Amino acid sequence: MKSGVVVFPGSNRERDMLRALDEITGTRPVPIWHAETELPDLDLVVLCGGFSYGDYLRTGAIAARGRIMPAIAKAADKGVRVLGICNGFQILCEAGLLPGVLMRNAGLKFVCKEVKLEVANADTDFTRKYKQGEVWRCPVAHGDGNYFTDAETLKRLEGENRVGLRYAEGTNPNGSLNDIAGILNERGNVFGMMPHPENMIEPLNGATDGRALFESVLEAVA
Amino acid sequence: MKARIKVTLKNGVLDPQGKAIEGALGSLGFSGIESVRQGKFFEVELAETDPAKARAAIDEMSKKLLANTVIENYAVEIDEQ
Repeated sequence: MKSGVVVFPGSNRERDMLRALDEITGTRPVPIWHAETELPDLDLVVLCGGFSYGDYLRTGAIAARGRIMPAIAKAADKGVRVLGICNGFQILCEAGLLPGVLMRNAGLKFVCKEVKLEVANADTDFTRKYKQGEVWRCPVAHGDGNYFTDAETLKRLEGENRVGLRYAEGTNPNGSLNDIAGILNERGNVFGMMPHPENMIEPLNGATDGRALFESVLEAVA
Repeated sequence: MKARIKVTLKNGVLDPQGKAIEGALGSLGFSGIESVRQGKFFEVELAETDPAKARAAIDEMSKKLLANTVIENYAVEIDEQ
């Protein structure tokens, strides 16, 4: 699987992500600088975590209007898998590739801890290696992860099974509507989530629960 | 020409920062506060001299970047000075 990780000024999880992709897919991923206007031929484009443009204006707002973004929208349109983690999720929402917005955590504090994620839909390209309802461990590290959207969009997301992951067992760290941790676009090839599966891939991380997310995409594109 | 854009959270959208400010005002001894909502304010200097065109441009900028219309409303004022 050919994958790439987009790097904006202020991204800071690209190394972790590149390492996770390298380790799990067995193919060296390519870093993609935000000022590029074209993407190489890829099966998966990842927007990683960090604080692109210092979170100025709104988290992800400036990066979402970056030069590389039209190429990412075009790739998504062609069915290329796009994964946004943390700041990447915020960017995908700001860019309109996913519905809704990530607002300031309800508790106003930056949360950096481990949460439990429940697989709300195991029939997606990003969760198929998990079992439906499976609960797994994953770290979060964000100040703006409070998923919000209007009632109608929320109803659609739920009705169309587009909530892939939820915070489980009372671990919602940010006040997200319906405990939403990760959502899909309509077509199912764009997925955004706040937690960091790339930091749960080897015993040194404490657990390897995040691997299955990348293995899911690997299987989906095979 | 100068434009002033006020961006505010839509009704019903939770504003934890506004709530915290409300709490802090209470701690300072201010009473009778029913609610506080936090927003943003922008001043944009434009080379455009036609107010209608300026307004149209600012409207586009607000929709595309200054406000996230999922959660925010915006109001534009054009200063013709």
